[in-house]
Amino acid sequence: MSTLTGTTEGRFVRGRLRPAWEEEPSRAGLATKGVTLTLVCLAVIFPVWVVVVTSLSSVKTITETGGLVVIPKGITFVAYQELLSGGQVTRAATVSVGVTVVGTLFSMAVSVLCAYGLSRTGSVLHRPILVFLIATMFFGAGLIPTYLVVQGLGLTDTYLSLILPSALNVFNILVLRAFFMSTAQELIESARIDGAGDFRILWQIVMPLSRAVIAVITLFYAVGYWGAWFNASIYINDPDMLPLQNIMQQLVIKQTRPTGLAQAINTGHLSPLAIQMAVMVLALLPVAVLSPFVQRHFKQGMLTGAIKG
Amino acid sequence: MAPPSVRAGTLRHRLRRDRLLLLMVLPALVLLLIFNYVPLIGNIVAFQEYDPYIADNAFRAIGQSPWVGFEQFQRMVDDPLFWQSVRNTLAIFLIQLTLFFPIPVLLALFINSFVRHRVRAIAQAILFLPHFFSWVLVVTIFQQMFGGAGLVAQTLRDHGHGGFDLMTNPGLFKFLITFEIIWKDAGWGVIVFLAALAAVSTDLYEAAAMDGANRWRRMWHITLPALRPVVALLLVLQVGNALTVGFEQILLQRTAVGPTSAEVLDTYVWNVGIQNGDFSYAAAVGIIKGVFGLLLVLAANKFAHLLGEQGVYKR
Repeated sequence: MSTLTGTTEGRFVRGRLRPAWEEEPSRAGLATKGVTLTLVCLAVIFPVWVVVVTSLSSVKTITETGGLVVIPKGITFVAYQELLSGGQVTRAATVSVGVTVVGTLFSMAVSVLCAYGLSRTGSVLHRPILVFLIATMFFGAGLIPTYLVVQGLGLTDTYLSLILPSALNVFNILVLRAFFMSTAQELIESARIDGAGDFRILWQIVMPLSRAVIAVITLFYAVGYWGAWFNASIYINDPDMLPLQNIMQQLVIKQTRPTGLAQAINTGHLSPLAIQMAVMVLALLPVAVLSPFVQRHFKQGMLTGAIKG
Repeated sequence: MAPPSVRAGTLRHRLRRDRLLLLMVLPALVLLLIFNYVPLIGNIVAFQEYDPYIADNAFRAIGQSPWVGFEQFQRMVDDPLFWQSVRNTLAIFLIQLTLFFPIPVLLALFINSFVRHRVRAIAQAILFLPHFFSWVLVVTIFQQMFGGAGLVAQTLRDHGHGGFDLMTNPGLFKFLITFEIIWKDAGWGVIVFLAALAAVSTDLYEAAAMDGANRWRRMWHITLPALRPVVALLLVLQVGNALTVGFEQILLQRTAVGPTSAEVLDTYVWNVGIQNGDFSYAAAVGIIKGVFGLLLVLAANKFAHLLGEQGVYKR
């Protein structure tokens, strides 16, 4: 391999070069490692690839290959056109987008406010409130009583049942709090002396300085709402109110035919398999597109001394 | 550090001073109170014969249902289905502990051995992805790969072998769900270990190399000891969660393989309570699970302290 220049004091230079004291690996070793890593990554990508390709394949291609398509032969968006031209899946996707957007905003608002409210050690009732929060991480109340409370509050068959019971994740609040506590206190102090109130300090100083962690926690909440299946399965009885994950379960796992598309399927215009795959692509698309943007901040979001103060 | 004046003053004065902070915390407290603490009290239905049809509202129904003492708890003793779900839960926990737990550590060591930053970043971006997939999506993807109409079955059929279907095989179910968890979360589990590895000073490695320690000796004497506290912490968390094995994941696949091999404590509570309407008995099972779960957390922590590790909370 190339000569070892540019290593200062044997350290990594921008994490790129092998330090001088480290043995050069053999070519065979490097090749084995490269192949292994590629195979591991393919194990993740390949199934997704097959799903995407099949969703974009015509009835003819799917019939010829006898089912799932690995090598694309022409692309057609007919499955997506049918799914998104109104009807069951369009409605479910709209519900999911709505619940995810509203839910994430609500969760973030409550979490950020709570994290900031607890970020000043020595403020009144600071300790008891923290204990109240952390205690919920050690016990789960259980499915049955939670179900009865949601029912007792009259939330069944409302979208609120998809947001409120799972709105907060105490771990996320603690991560935000730890981050807020680490923002420069001098900055906050001088702003206060200049007469800024707590809301203003939070909005104009603390939040802009915590953009990374806020992005991560927002993604965590959004992914949670988008992927939620169970709550709708027990709290929502009206089929028109079900979110995408529940419709996907019906169409793909239980193999029921999508309502309203019987004619397109019977005339050979549309493959039921492509429909299933297209629903799966709809479910994975937002996640696959958004998460890489936040990726470099994950470490902070996961590890910022969550157990502090 | 907080300025010294922060704790000064009477309670009334401090309440007045921090009223805005309290107001900010309030919405979260109300939510936790309603959806975490009130349900905790709601567990009293386990001491009743709860009848959902006695009133039009769950709260009133709890108020009017008759009390039966510990009857629901006694039912568990001779309930073969309950014990079956206990056995399945523990079996799945043990399988996942041996087959899943070591993988993120190994994967982290593997990724860490690549020096190029870009290679690591791309590999991580790919391996993180399935963590954000919903369980419905993961199960459907596995169905398309390993189900009766999946890609493997399709390929085998083209070569004259029929009848492959991993998704409905009760004997292999526990391994199937472990395989699914590995696919979904092994990549994500790497983060913690990579962070721990990044925190190790390169000086240590350099000094060891100067003293003639080869690659493997360095891993044994520097890398692995550095990972020990993280491994211990995750092990404690894992053992503490032993009774909670993949609720949503298993629920989605329960009908395909049947409850004999798939029923775990959480799905049993769901089946008895939500499906069959025997809320009181289901709540009793839930309480037993919660109590033993808490005991496991405490025991696992105690064990970690005995080994000189920190565990979840400090001693």
